[in-house]
Amino acid sequence: MIPEGSLLVARDLHKAYGPTPALDGAEFSVHPGEVVAVMGPSGSGKSTLLHCLAGIVTPDSGTITYDGRELSSMPDAERSALRRTEFGFVFQFGQLVPELTCVENVALPLRLTGVKRKEAERTALHWMERLEVADLGHKRPGEVSGGQGQRVAVARSLVTSPRVVFADEPTGALDSLNGERVMQLLTEAARSTNAAVVLVTHEARVAAYSDREVVVRDGKSRDMMMEHTV
Amino acid sequence: MSIGHTLLGLLESGPCHGYDLKRAFDEKFGHDRPLHYGQVYSTMSRLLKNGLVEVDGVEAGGGPERKRYAITAAGVTDVETWIKQPEKPEPYLQSTLYTKVVLALLTGRDAGDVVDTQRAEHLRLMRALTERKRHGDLSDQLICDHALFHLEADLRWLELTAARLDQLATEVRS
Amino acid sequence: MSRLSDLALGTKFALSGGREGWTRTLLTAVGVGLGVALLLATTAIPGALSKRDARDNARNDFGAGAVSVSSADPLLIGRTDTKFQGKDIRGRLLQPEGPKAPVPPGLSGIPGDREMVVSPELKSLLDSPGGALLRERLPYKVIGTIKDTGLLGPHEMAYYAGSDALAPRLTTEGDGSGVTQVTGFVDKGAQEKIDPVLALLIVIIFVVLLMPVAVFIAAAVRFGGDRRDRRLAALRLVGADRRTTRWIAAGEALAGSALGLVLGAVFFMIARQFVGDISVNGLNVFPADIDPDPLLALAVAVVVPTAAVGVTLLALRGVTIEPLGVVRNSVSRKRRVWWRVLPPLAGLALLVPMAGRGRDNGTFNQVQVVSGTVLLLIGVTALLPWLVEAVVRRLGGGGVGWQLAVRRLQLTSGTAARLVNGIAVAVAGAIALQMMFSAIEGDYVKRSGADTDRAQMSVPMGEIAPERAARQIRALKDTKGVTGTTTLGYANLGEKPKDPDHSTDMTVGGCAELREVAELPSCKDGDVFLARGGEYSGNPIPAGARLYVDPSYSDRRGVALPWTVPANAQEVQARPDPSGYRRNGLLVTPGAVRSVAKAPMRYTTYVRLDPRDRQAADRVLNTATASDPLTAAYSLNAYETSNRFAGVRKGLYIGATAVLLLIGASLLVSTLEQLRDRKKLLSALVAFGTRRTTLSWSVLWQTAVPVALGLALATGVGLALGAVLLRMVGRQIVVDWLPVGAMVGIGAGVVLLVTALSLPSLWKLMRPDGLRTE
Repeated sequence: MIPEGSLLVARDLHKAYGPTPALDGAEFSVHPGEVVAVMGPSGSGKSTLLHCLAGIVTPDSGTITYDGRELSSMPDAERSALRRTEFGFVFQFGQLVPELTCVENVALPLRLTGVKRKEAERTALHWMERLEVADLGHKRPGEVSGGQGQRVAVARSLVTSPRVVFADEPTGALDSLNGERVMQLLTEAARSTNAAVVLVTHEARVAAYSDREVVVRDGKSRDMMMEHTV
Repeated sequence: MSIGHTLLGLLESGPCHGYDLKRAFDEKFGHDRPLHYGQVYSTMSRLLKNGLVEVDGVEAGGGPERKRYAITAAGVTDVETWIKQPEKPEPYLQSTLYTKVVLALLTGRDAGDVVDTQRAEHLRLMRALTERKRHGDLSDQLICDHALFHLEADLRWLELTAARLDQLATEVRS
Repeated sequence: MSRLSDLALGTKFALSGGREGWTRTLLTAVGVGLGVALLLATTAIPGALSKRDARDNARNDFGAGAVSVSSADPLLIGRTDTKFQGKDIRGRLLQPEGPKAPVPPGLSGIPGDREMVVSPELKSLLDSPGGALLRERLPYKVIGTIKDTGLLGPHEMAYYAGSDALAPRLTTEGDGSGVTQVTGFVDKGAQEKIDPVLALLIVIIFVVLLMPVAVFIAAAVRFGGDRRDRRLAALRLVGADRRTTRWIAAGEALAGSALGLVLGAVFFMIARQFVGDISVNGLNVFPADIDPDPLLALAVAVVVPTAAVGVTLLALRGVTIEPLGVVRNSVSRKRRVWWRVLPPLAGLALLVPMAGRGRDNGTFNQVQVVSGTVLLLIGVTALLPWLVEAVVRRLGGGGVGWQLAVRRLQLTSGTAARLVNGIAVAVAGAIALQMMFSAIEGDYVKRSGADTDRAQMSVPMGEIAPERAARQIRALKDTKGVTGTTTLGYANLGEKPKDPDHSTDMTVGGCAELREVAELPSCKDGDVFLARGGEYSGNPIPAGARLYVDPSYSDRRGVALPWTVPANAQEVQARPDPSGYRRNGLLVTPGAVRSVAKAPMRYTTYVRLDPRDRQAADRVLNTATASDPLTAAYSLNAYETSNRFAGVRKGLYIGATAVLLLIGASLLVSTLEQLRDRKKLLSALVAFGTRRTTLSWSVLWQTAVPVALGLALATGVGLALGAVLLRMVGRQIVVDWLPVGAMVGIGAGVVLLVTALSLPSLWKLMRPDGLRTE
């Protein structure tokens, strides 16, 4: 059932918040360099799936295997370290530290892994150039537009050269043009570094940037591409 | 839109007279374009010939005789295949998609599956359009954008319709 | 809506705004309440002191101050003040010379022979097991207690005892007997001025305590201001205009401060009950004395809420509340330093000219002292925002936690400075005061100059016969705990038998005794020395001069026995006696004065005590009192004065700590508020692997940096203020680093406490739940 060569695989995930089940036997897998859209109605468990896959939340049961390692049995510190070094994150909004300048925000994940400030900011600037926001370096997030801020966030998610980028509604707060541009830059950058992207979205136009979509409904997942090929 | 499949789907809920079928069809799908009775009659006879329906009984009433039709096992399979088969993504699919969703709910099938399958089909086309847009010139981009927005609109409408009807069905059942 | 109804609406919000609203109102009220309590206390202090002075006057029985009322019979008074375990006891022996003799205030009648009336504090000491030694010294029967009108404060120890021995003594010894005759206790109006240094201290204490409270009140009415502004923005959205929102905010502040007034009155009433237990350098008053001036109290009740409304309206001037959010106008403006240094400079300019006016040079201009001190301390509040901004702008480097904190401070340095201001002012004032206390304490130790290695007590015995002196010395030697005695006799000599123009002192003692007062190269009985280098340069006495021992004066008949200074009298260098006094004049061994042995002589015995026996001093006092209640022995142990401000120091520490904790509470409120507002951001930071410790450090730095800057500035200003104040009272400037360290330590403790208390909230917010938006 699980294709060969997957980077991140989840099987039979169950997770409940209180009495409400958020995940009820969900499955997932992603290859290096693959962009997978996670779709489904609100409250279906999309974000919970993403949080489990990223090791932010531990599932109640089920297994998550990343690069041969079992994620759900790792201690918190190890999972945090994994998130710092191997994963990148983009959220809908409110993720940039308002006091730090844009370049400092982008450099933050590198700094968390212990990279020296100058070097981290040099790398950060490189990624900001790729995301076409290099000129915003010394502005604060409050002084840039939503689209620019989101590109800064994408640059930040890529700055550690992660193997998996988790994007939770990355265009949710943007207009179409900016949304398209962010998606284009994100997927291109990810493909060029052979990073996998887990993209949670409810917009088909955004999902169209993916290679394949997984639908989550009532805590269960359906891999549409696989069903089709089967 | 396939009238034959629609009538078959309606019959799946139980045997029915031809005239009642027309009324059910008009009520659920044909608000602005009511079916001619002749259309029903010719369709039913084709379905009868293909073995997808059978005559359940004949009533001799005050007027002309009335046939009661029932769906056959082959008919049920045919409906199933039709509902599950995603439509080729193109604009203005709403009547067919709507019919499928309604029939799925009427016949106790999962309308969500219909939506998922259709979404996958839509996305397949949208991915191609997105890819084309990526490499094309401005006019390509504009044309692709138009198509993408329409396809997305259809999908969103379909998702909303499924959700609305699902809600209604839940309310009716409870 | 009218202004009044806007205010009323704000008041309603303050009282019914849910838990958050309540917390805000309560914090404001407690802050304002503490301030009000202190203000009320300040208004009550002058009244309390004057009531105390009035009682002091009413019982005065000293010389010229004691008036004569012709119709009354005289009352004989013997002063028997003593000390027990280092604490002062006011003692009086009374003997009426007729039925119409005056009765001292607080007494219903004059106690009979060997009976006494005592103050409540003394009574409880006498009744306690620890008072056994004192009961020996006061062998009178207690027949009642002195009423409050006869006491300065509730903790004063005093007694009046009846005696039949005063009249005969006055007859035989006259003025030298130590017995006074009064015919009335009437207010003499001759007020004893309060020690100007002590007055200065009291003034400074109040300024130092009131300033941070004022700063705190200003900060308190802004508690939770950000949230309130957002609430007001929501009101704008539904149609309130700008002016209305301001008045609603003012209404909220008004409610908080009105509640604060009530709390303040309650705090004041509670504190008043404890005022009797507080002693400032022996100054102690009754709770009933603490009675705020009604006019001043009314002023407090009007000024505080008005000020609260004023501060709120002023603070909102820099803020524009729009329907869709809050715009702070003053953020981008860089702070200028020039006008901020004006208040402290002006303060120094006011204080410095008063330098050197101490106890000996008259009083201080209180207005000048208060305004100078206030201006210096205001300087702290004006300089701190600039300092925080200037320093934080230059900060860089360091880890992620540090970077987060520094950047945050760069954006909102004003808020941080405002909160820390209170700490800074309190610490600056406390440091200045502690410096003053240490210096003044050191001063008392130095001035006595007593050499407590040579003797620990001095027992003056007055003019008595040699046999009686010998008996008393023996009694002292036999007292438990006494390890040795040195007795010197003194006589007065003149160059004429009657009304001499010059006089000189003669000190009589054995060679060992005389070596206590001068450097003797050699000595045997019969030698006579002429001491030089003493404190009073008396008339040089030539060897061979003829002098008269105990000459007669117009009002005193002496024996005037002739005596010739031997030609071989050597000149010697004086040295301080055990009490620190260096004497000139004749130093004579007993063999050289046999011819004038009949002349009366005063004796003083220096007593050495066993240092391990803590009751020895009190036993010596008992022995001396038993020999003669009217001659007081006293301790040479000057160090006891170094404890005289211990209570104030403790109080100051407690007060400063309370202020710091109060400000810590407001820091905590703002930190928690800030954390709650960033739930989403914190979750995002956790998602990409930020460690708890990193964010915990950032919270710590964010509090620690402004507090550290505040403490640094406060230390500087505090030392400067302390130095100026010391110059004013003419003392050497000595920095006492212990209180500086203690204050900085308390400040650091508050930072740690605030951080520790905000960590659970931080960690709770760092759970991934914050990412769930669905």
